[in-house]
Amino acid sequence: MAEKSGADILVECLIDLGVEVVFGYPGGAVLPIYDALFNHPKIRHVLVRHEQGATHMAEGYARSTGKPGVVLVTSGPGATNAVTGITDALMDSIPMVVITGQVPTHLIGTDAFQEADTVGITRHCTKHNYLVKSPNKLASVVHEAFHIATTGRPGPVVIDIPKNVQIATAPYSKPERFEHASYRPQTKADPAAIATAVEMLAAAERPIFYTGGGVINSGPEASELLREIAALTGAPVTSTLMGLGAFPASSGQWLGMLGMHGTYEANWAMNKADLIVCVGARFDDRVTGRLDAFSPDSKKIHIDIDRSSINKTVDVDLPIIADVASALTDMIALWKDRGHKAADLSEWWARIEGWRARNCLAYPDSHEEIMPQEAIAQLYKASRTAKDVIITTEVGQHQMWAAQHFGFDAPNKWLTSGGLGTMGYGFPAAIGAQLGNPDSLVVCVAGDASIQMNIQEMGTASQYRLPVKIFILNNEYMGMVRQWQELTYESRYSNSYSDSLPDFVKLAEAYGWTGIRIEGPQELEAGIRQMIDTPGPVIVDCRVAKLSNCFPMIPSGAAHTDMLLDPSQVEGIMSDEAKALV
Amino acid sequence: MHIQEEISERHVLSLTVSNEAGILARIAGLFTARGYNIDSLTVADITPDHAISRITIVTSGPPKVIDQIMAQLDRLVPVHKVTDLTENGPFVERELALVKVAGTGEDRIEALRLADVFRAKVVDTTIESFIFEITGTTDKIDNFIGLMRQIGLVEVGRTGVVGLIRGKEPN
Ligand SMILES: Cc1ncc(C[n+]2csc(CCOP(=O)(O)OP(=O)(O)O)c2C)c(N)n1
Ligand SMILES: [Mg+2]
Repeated sequence: MAEKSGADILVECLIDLGVEVVFGYPGGAVLPIYDALFNHPKIRHVLVRHEQGATHMAEGYARSTGKPGVVLVTSGPGATNAVTGITDALMDSIPMVVITGQVPTHLIGTDAFQEADTVGITRHCTKHNYLVKSPNKLASVVHEAFHIATTGRPGPVVIDIPKNVQIATAPYSKPERFEHASYRPQTKADPAAIATAVEMLAAAERPIFYTGGGVINSGPEASELLREIAALTGAPVTSTLMGLGAFPASSGQWLGMLGMHGTYEANWAMNKADLIVCVGARFDDRVTGRLDAFSPDSKKIHIDIDRSSINKTVDVDLPIIADVASALTDMIALWKDRGHKAADLSEWWARIEGWRARNCLAYPDSHEEIMPQEAIAQLYKASRTAKDVIITTEVGQHQMWAAQHFGFDAPNKWLTSGGLGTMGYGFPAAIGAQLGNPDSLVVCVAGDASIQMNIQEMGTASQYRLPVKIFILNNEYMGMVRQWQELTYESRYSNSYSDSLPDFVKLAEAYGWTGIRIEGPQELEAGIRQMIDTPGPVIVDCRVAKLSNCFPMIPSGAAHTDMLLDPSQVEGIMSDEAKALV
Repeated sequence: MHIQEEISERHVLSLTVSNEAGILARIAGLFTARGYNIDSLTVADITPDHAISRITIVTSGPPKVIDQIMAQLDRLVPVHKVTDLTENGPFVERELALVKVAGTGEDRIEALRLADVFRAKVVDTTIESFIFEITGTTDKIDNFIGLMRQIGLVEVGRTGVVGLIRGKEPN
């Protein structure tokens, strides 16, 4: 068999694995791979401006298309720049494969130029990682890496390839289907657990579905099944930040997001439920609030593909280790088989309606300034004319307002950094999403501070003619930090003011984009319309009320029932125990 | 504000893993990254082709944390099987130590006498010192070292615990 270079083997593997786009940045240790990609007819290389940008683009691409995101960076600084995005993908279970160049094998360990211990640095922020020391091993490693990244609980996998391995040759043939020696994620649930779950669900008087990003990772079918089981049981549905869109916000059974900035009705329903069915969520501290006060009277069923998520923070009565779609399929089949009918939940729903009547997402009206919530509500309204809308966010108050006031009816349309909370995620994620969905309207809801963390990627959007829209809720503050300082440190706003902001409109023009400034409520609707109707990339600098706070809010260390609904409830001080929580 | 400590139990965990580069770093790093304790860790390959190693870890933590440790270890790609020996019925655990004791006259005789009681072997001797080899449970070795300390303990080397389930290993 004719031999190929390691670089050619890598590219061959990527084609065999169906990869269409690679987000990358060249450097000495990946030159052979870049040469193999030169003018490549099948693989599109997207040149980023910073390696962190590449990782978030890959995440945005993956989250919006369901396919793995692929990143290619050089050794040393290229690899270390990718670490934040790799960690972000681990926390949010995003399938991603990151290929890093490495110094040649004989220089490893000598502090060679641009050497970094990439496998060491990324060992605990990847699902798995590899250092490939021979071109003979490359094909099997690349295929295995994609298998691991995309199956079970998805996550990032790093493949570190020394430069001499890219140049040396080996025979290549597409690897056969293989059975991994030790990695075999459990996807099918134990039938006994399914049967117990169905009986618990049929017997519950106050059930609730608490759903998360696992539903979305499980594929579009899982979202359909969630809708079906919700319809069959008549139970209310809430979701984590990561799970928005898996269940339609337009449904009457939807209670909104739960947790720290979740709705009054969702958090109270969790607190008073007698059965929680957790589907692909993980009882994160942002969701549970004070653990000993979390849903004290409920039985809990937890469907998760990752056994380590079970009983990690909250003890559950019935673990179901399985892929969400598979578990829901089994539950629905058995529910129908046993002839269960939806129980009479009218009393439960009456209580929920009572909580709903608090109208917890209401915000004050203003004729002088734009309320940030109103800006999101208007964006939501205006974007409904578009065929398909994908929203990404940065991290901060704007992220929470977007989660609260934008309604999602389908999965894979909401991309946000939940687990790591990475400022700088949203804009590159929008670029990745736009590449994977050329005909969609992709809007990054940003904050004035976050957007500056990867703003250099404007050049990438210009170069590839990607019509992404950046909608900045500009409050001239790191609003979320300022809000915590107001709540916890008697409004001592230490270093949370966004001084010396650039003129975002001029910046847009400098990159060949369109820049729009929206200064008052009377300009809001037209400004948003203009953004949507402009064919190319647009930055909107939307000046919003500077000191608005995001409510409802469960202060850290508080129970669901101690939710703050408006500023009058804020005391401005906190105990050391509460301060010590994140 | 003060930080509260939790009560913990000692558990002996036995793992089989693919014998590949970085596997120890992966496991040790998991313990440090998640704040778990390692009291001892031993590793050696156990198959004729050297493809699989057994790692024995002695750890301590509240029962919930031990469960998490098991689940987290199981999640590592190169890990084949994780068993909590402490939870899985009767098992045998042994540790080996080399104990160097210096002394003359009555101390020397007492050292030999104690070694005899503990069934420790003399593996090296000079006019003024012995090296004893002792195997047993961690407790037994602790006791032996404690007594030798009073006589003239110079140095100790310990392997850490290895353990196996008694009888046929359950699947
Ligand atoms: C990389 C990173 N650094 C720091 C933080 C902490 N942090 C969370 S929100 C926030 C402020 C965000 O400000 P802005 O983007 O203007 O959004 P706003 O809250 O004002 O809507 C900061 C600094 C973070 N999440 N990520
Ligand atoms: Mg801001």
